Amino acid sequence: MTKVLEVRNVTVRYGEHTVLDRLSFSLQEGQWLMLAGPNGAGKSTMIETIFEGTPYTGEIFLEGKNVRKYKPHLLAQKIGVMAQKNSVGYGYTVEEVVGLGRYAHSSGFLVNRDDEGKKLVDEALEKTGLMHLRKASVLTLSGGELQRTFLAQVFAQNPQILILDEPANHLDLVYQKHIFSLIQEWLAFPGRAVLSVVHDLSLAKKYGTHTILVNGGQAAAYGKTEEVLTRENLKKVYDMDVYAWMRGMLEQWTEEN
Amino acid sequence: MFVFALFASMLLCVCIGSVNIPIKNTLTAMWNTLWGLEMPEGVSKNIIVNIRLPRVINVALVGAQLSLCGAAMQGLLRNPLADGSTLGVSSGASLGAVISLAFGVSIPGFEYAGTMIMAIGFAFLSLLLILSLAYVLDRSMSTNSIILIGVIFSMFTSSAMNLIITFASDHARSIAFWTMGSLSGTNYGQSGILLLSFVLGGGVILRYACELNAFAVGEDNARHIGVNVRRVKLVILIAVSVMIGVCVSISGTIAFVGLVMPHMTRMIAGPNHKRLLTSSMFSGAVFLLLADLIARTIISPVELSIGVVTSLVGAAAFIVIFYRTRKGR
Repeated sequence: MTKVLEVRNVTVRYGEHTVLDRLSFSLQEGQWLMLAGPNGAGKSTMIETIFEGTPYTGEIFLEGKNVRKYKPHLLAQKIGVMAQKNSVGYGYTVEEVVGLGRYAHSSGFLVNRDDEGKKLVDEALEKTGLMHLRKASVLTLSGGELQRTFLAQVFAQNPQILILDEPANHLDLVYQKHIFSLIQEWLAFPGRAVLSVVHDLSLAKKYGTHTILVNGGQAAAYGKTEEVLTRENLKKVYDMDVYAWMRGMLEQWTEEN
Repeated sequence: MFVFALFASMLLCVCIGSVNIPIKNTLTAMWNTLWGLEMPEGVSKNIIVNIRLPRVINVALVGAQLSLCGAAMQGLLRNPLADGSTLGVSSGASLGAVISLAFGVSIPGFEYAGTMIMAIGFAFLSLLLILSLAYVLDRSMSTNSIILIGVIFSMFTSSAMNLIITFASDHARSIAFWTMGSLSGTNYGQSGILLLSFVLGGGVILRYACELNAFAVGEDNARHIGVNVRRVKLVILIAVSVMIGVCVSISGTIAFVGLVMPHMTRMIAGPNHKRLLTSSMFSGAVFLLLADLIARTIISPVELSIGVVTSLVGAAAFIVIFYRTRKGR
């Protein structure tokens, strides 16, 4: 197992407020690392730091080299990020927005339409169920369709590491299932890894190989998912009995006979 | 279609004026001058070649650049109300031009260079000032706060200009010219400068069409797909300030062209900057040519400032756009 991404002592401060406090973890080939924790724990901020969307101290290494030393388009060839909040200012078509995912691979003075890119865009549209909407304006899409558009963009980008902030956001159950199994299939290829923020702990338990539980900007627990999402750890972080709550939810679904 | 419209309106503008000249004579005059041929009887070469033609060329170049700058700013800031004049860049540029006029800043040997450099410098400084102020006051850099700061900045520059007029009253007439804009009495030398800034600035912006698309989708998204956000932003802002600075130093402030034309073009050509940028150039040129035609013919022989015409059209369009974007949210 090779380490593809390593985060070392990342700290983010907004004025007096410390959002991330010396957070460290690493991502290895084949892993799906879940970033879980209550609201305001700093999960999205952690994802923002990778492309320097927010100033931070500490180091992030991609394949042993500091991400700050990568040229933006070279970094984007390796890492694809899907942000939590996505909105589009103008009426681009779905296809145009997805096509932007190819930017990192096409930059250069020669604007060569790469055939591979075209194929990847088509594939991404197909996978996310957007084929029939490819010519539609993104301003007319529903929340879930827009979410899938940006998912398709990151698939078209074809990186080695997928970083997804709340991929299940706005998605109905059918698409949650669809997208998560899609990501799992994607991960099966060698050299790939996934880091995702999730709120739904059931999804984290089902799909995550590893989990880091973040609270107040610090790692409360980190390791294999089944060792992290224990009753005690969750109680500490969420200040409630998560297990009892989840069981209670499950009971709503017992078939009456 | 846009190219055709441009040439048709250029021709129209050369023909019509306080003296109307038939199209045939106009074409002969231009053709013969180009090849150094003898002028036929009854063709007024002087009006066509020395007065109208340079003016029409310069109006077209200024219109194209203002519109291109507007399109670039609207994409970059992801804000359909952004433009050199709403952001205060052009009023900053005219302040620079006025200062150099009033205090006689000039570089020996180059008649216009002092004014031009001051205009470009002030354009860039005001852009930096406005954007950094907006960033400090409102980290999300929302539409409304940027425009509000632009308006406040424009007020500040106009009061600064009034101050200069008070102290340098002998320059009052030429200063007033800078606040409304006019292209009467331009010459081929200025065409050359306009063409140069158009080719340089326009070339840079057209090359960044793809990046502008990414910015228009969202700055965070642009960063995630690998755009060098900081560098691209800076280069585009510099290109925009150079073009606006040059335009203002030659034509004065012409409001609203950069706001309205890209917006209307977007309705026809769509938001993709690969088409939008070139289309905006042409539509801006055509719009300004027609505005200039109205300005110099409507109450002929008195000539209106071109800014009066564009502002009248632009103010109405601005309200419509603002209303529609608010409602669309």
